[in-house]
Formats: sequence, C-alpha cells, structure tokens
Amino acid sequence: MIRIRHLGKSYRRGDQDVTVLDDLSLDVAQGAFLALMGPSGSGKSTLLNLIAGIDRPTKGSIEIDGLDIVNLSDSQLAAWRAENVGFIFQFYNLIPVLTAYENVELPLQLTTVPAAERKQRVEQALAQVGLSDRMGHRPNELSGGQQQRVAIARALITSPSLIVADEPTGDLDRVSGEEVLKMLQRLNTDQGKTILMVTHDPKAASYAGAMVHLDKGQLESQPAAA
Amino acid sequence: MLILKLLFLNIWRNRMRSLLTFIGLLVAVLAFGLLSTVVKAWYAGAEAASEARLITRSSISLIFPLPLNYGERIRGIDGVERMTYSRWFGGVYKDTRNFFPQFAVDPPTYFEIYPEYMLSDDERAAFYRDRRSAVVGRKLAQEHGFKVGDLVTLRGQIFPGQWEFLIAGIYDGKEEKTDTGKMYFHWAYLNEEVKKRNINRDADSVGVFITSVPDPSRAAEVGMAIDALFTNSPKETLTETEQAFQLGFVAMTEAIVVAIRAVSFVVILIIMAVMANTMSMTARERTPEYATLKALGFSPRFVAGLVFAESMLLAVLGGLTALVLTYPAAWAFQASTGNMFRHFAVSFDTSLMQLGAALATGLVAAVFPCIRAYRIRIVEGLRAI
Repeated sequence: MIRIRHLGKSYRRGDQDVTVLDDLSLDVAQGAFLALMGPSGSGKSTLLNLIAGIDRPTKGSIEIDGLDIVNLSDSQLAAWRAENVGFIFQFYNLIPVLTAYENVELPLQLTTVPAAERKQRVEQALAQVGLSDRMGHRPNELSGGQQQRVAIARALITSPSLIVADEPTGDLDRVSGEEVLKMLQRLNTDQGKTILMVTHDPKAASYAGAMVHLDKGQLESQPAAA
Repeated sequence: MLILKLLFLNIWRNRMRSLLTFIGLLVAVLAFGLLSTVVKAWYAGAEAASEARLITRSSISLIFPLPLNYGERIRGIDGVERMTYSRWFGGVYKDTRNFFPQFAVDPPTYFEIYPEYMLSDDERAAFYRDRRSAVVGRKLAQEHGFKVGDLVTLRGQIFPGQWEFLIAGIYDGKEEKTDTGKMYFHWAYLNEEVKKRNINRDADSVGVFITSVPDPSRAAEVGMAIDALFTNSPKETLTETEQAFQLGFVAMTEAIVVAIRAVSFVVILIIMAVMANTMSMTARERTPEYATLKALGFSPRFVAGLVFAESMLLAVLGGLTALVLTYPAAWAFQASTGNMFRHFAVSFDTSLMQLGAALATGLVAAVFPCIRAYRIRIVEGLRAI
C-alpha cells in the first residue's frame, strides 16, 4: 500500500542544512500495523508526517495506493488527506469548544455525506470507542484516555485507508494507554486498517504487527515482527 | 452549521478578552458617531442656510449696525426679489444659562423671505397685529414651556432694561433641519423703545439686511451690486450668501471642529490597534487547532476564513450595538449641552460611517492573523504551545 523510495528530508538552520531523513526506502503492506521506533531525533515523527501528507520531503517519492503524493499540490494533498488519512495525535488535538460528538463530526464537513447519515456515522464511531454516553461532553470534561478515544473516533469517521498515530499513548496512564492500543489493534485485525504508529515504548510497539527502527534518519532494518 | 457554531463559540472562548474588545469597539464607534454628529451640528446652520438668500452687514464687523434707510436702495437692485431686515437682541431669560437667539424683525417681510418658518394663519395675524408680541420656535417653546398667551420677560444686555413680550405664536420648521430654537419680535417695538428709553444704541438701525435672489447663479453679481451702492460711504457693507455668512461663524471655531474630527478618527485607529492585538493573540493561541484543521483536510483558505469571520463578527456585533446606542447617547448629549446645538440628530450618513468604521476595524484587525493562519505549516503548528 505504501511505497517509499529514497526519501530525504532536510531543514535549513541558519547557513547549515540539517538532515533528518536520509535516503530512506520502505514498503508497507495493506492492512499492516507498523510501529516506527527509534531514539529522540531519529526522524520517526518526520517519516510519519511525510507519509501522512502534512509535510513535504526534500527528495524521494511516496506512493500510497499507487498515488505519488509528493507531486500533489497543497490543495490536492489536503483533499487526499481528508479522504484517506485518519490522525491520532499525542495530545489529542481536539477542538476545546466543541463536544465529543462535534469533534468527531468535524471531518465530515469536508464530505458530501448528508446530515442524517452523518449522525448515524458519528454515533457509530463513538459507540465503537465506547463513548456513547459522553457525546455531549467537551474535551475538558473528559479524561485523557477518553479524549484520545474521541480522537480515534474522529480519525475513523471518514473511513480512511490509513491511520497515523504519533505517540498515541504518550500522554496517558498505563491503563488508558493499553485501552487505546487494544483499540488500535482491533481496528487493524477486525477492520483491516493500515496503521502506522510512532512510539518509543517497546511495550506499545508490541501491540503492532511489525516494527522498524530508525536512527539518525536511516532505517536500521526493514519491518520485522513486533 | 457546525462551522457557524464553531465561529460563535470561538468568539466567546476567552470571555473576558472578547467582552473587553467588544466594549472597546462599542465605545470607539459610539464616540465616533457622537463626535461626527457634533461636527455636523456645528455646520447645521450653514447646511440649513439658503444659497438664494443674501446677508448684507457692516463691512467692518457684524456688531456695527446699518441704517434702516439702506433697505429701500437695496430693494431697488436688479435681481433682488424681496428684502427684509433683523437686529440681534441678545437678552437673558431668567438666567444666562438659558441662552437662546432673539431677533427684532419686520414680521411680514421676514416671514415671507423665510417660508420654512410655519405659523398658523391666526397666530401669524396675531403676531403681525400686536407690536409687543413675539413668536418662538417649537423647540424653544418645549424647552421652556412657552405657550401662546404667555408673557415672557427678557433682561436686555445690549439694550438694557426689562423687556416684556406676549407669545402670539409658536412656529414649526418645514424641514427637520430648520432651526426652531429662536424668538422673533417686532423691530418697530425695539426701535421705539430705544428712543423712548434713551438707550445708547443706534436708533433706526438694523443688524443685517436679508434679500432673496430668485436666481442663485446671480447671487454674487447681486451681492456686489449691493455693496457697490455703499462704497465710500461711512458705513460700507459686505454682502454674502446666507450659507457663507453662517460658515463665517463656524470658521471662528474651526480649530475646535478640526480637533473634534481628528479625535473621532484617532479613536477608531486606536481600537483598530487594540482589536488587531486581540486577534493576533487569539490566532497565536489557536495555532495548534488551525494546524489540526489543516491536517484533517481543511484548506488554508478555510482556516484563514475562520479567523477573518471571527474578527468581522466581533466588529459587526460591536458596531451595530454602538450604532443603536448612539441615538440615546446623542439625546443625552444634547440634553446636557442645553441650547448649544439647535439641531442635533444622528444622520443616516453618520450611521453608515459608524458601520463602515466597525467593518474597517474588523478587516484591519484580521489581516495579519489571517496571513499567519493561512501560512502556518501543519508540522510547526502542531508543535506550537
């Protein structure tokens, strides 16, 4: 599903070029649950951002389902993300003034899904993450784990083919973290979602089907069983 | 609908900040409207003045009277349709704070030249008939509770002594801008008493002659002809249109008017800066949210549009509220300034300008936050604290 070839990413700092990713090539199969691991500064989050289409590489190609997203314009990339990518951030990034229901509904504003169907989808998504009784609550009325579950529901609402999760349990306690990881595991095994998860925690990575290690912007190994 | 809800919720997210900005905008736009109304009221006399009427006065100064016999010579000038005259009385009604203009006039000719002052036939007849009578404007009557039949006593300052007048009528203005804050009485009565009481003021004299010129394009020509009659005489004249005459009064206080006008615009500039600061702070705080929206697939234009709409909504709310409150504020202002402004009303133009000022404030305040929201890179925005 994901085909990355000779991917590179550099930043300009003053008069120096800082290389974050260096000539990286990787294949990710449809329905994989891949953990991206590595020390801080290894480039794992950068790799995730590039695959998700929220950053641009300096060189190389990223093909997802046959589409080279590197050559898309900004507006095309935004439209592609809306349809194909579900995001789960470390700090949830929910809109604080909207309820759980409304946060989950937000991505559907970019679709032509009619109102009645929207309602059904949102309720289903929240039921899937076990928050049917918290639909009217704002993020500040939810625990960290509950907020992350809302974020997961939001990530699923447009039925994307790819879910990217950047340290999804980084801000959660052990119990909540495990709940979230089990949920991701279920999404992968039961619904066949392709999931890419950045984590520095080997225990979290063990929930994935496979993992890769990055260090200094390069892959130390190809995907191996987690 | 969800996006609209998000917009409204965002405005009141930081209630104190939004409320203070709203109040600041309201006060600024209200002050702008009130000050603009003051400037307009200052010029109201000139705006109500006619280009088809000429005022002839002493070329030295308005305080020097002109001989009554000039009138017949003026009447004979080609282009003059009608002629009348008036003399400023300047008396005090009970207290100097109760200032209102009083003029001694020749009633039949005066009210012919000023058809905008409307009297009923009965009141007009009563006024013309009784030399010791007077008419007052509707606004003046309401201010002091004057009624037809009342005896009004004025303490003369220019013409010393007590002066009693019987109110024969109350005149209304043909248009809203017509000044109904004046009092008119018989020049003949004043002249008679000046002589009888040995008051040391030129008898058989008037303050100004007023002529009507049916063809306003000939106003300058007729004015020059009038002045030419009295060139090299002991009392030379200066003739100008009524509008120019009124503007002459305004010119004496022009510095104040300019200052008021300047302040009204400065107030708007200040609130623009304040609101720009508010919107910038708001946009900065919401950087991660804007980045999240972009990550979800919302376009940079949409995100910038959210910021713009929030700024404009706050501006419109503040502006409209200020607009509505300007009317009672203007009423209160006029009540507190007494007789200073005869015509003090918030005009449609002023309301439009207020709305324009509010919208401009919203627009200016939104510029940089919009650009920032548009340009913010998703990855940088998600990292922002």
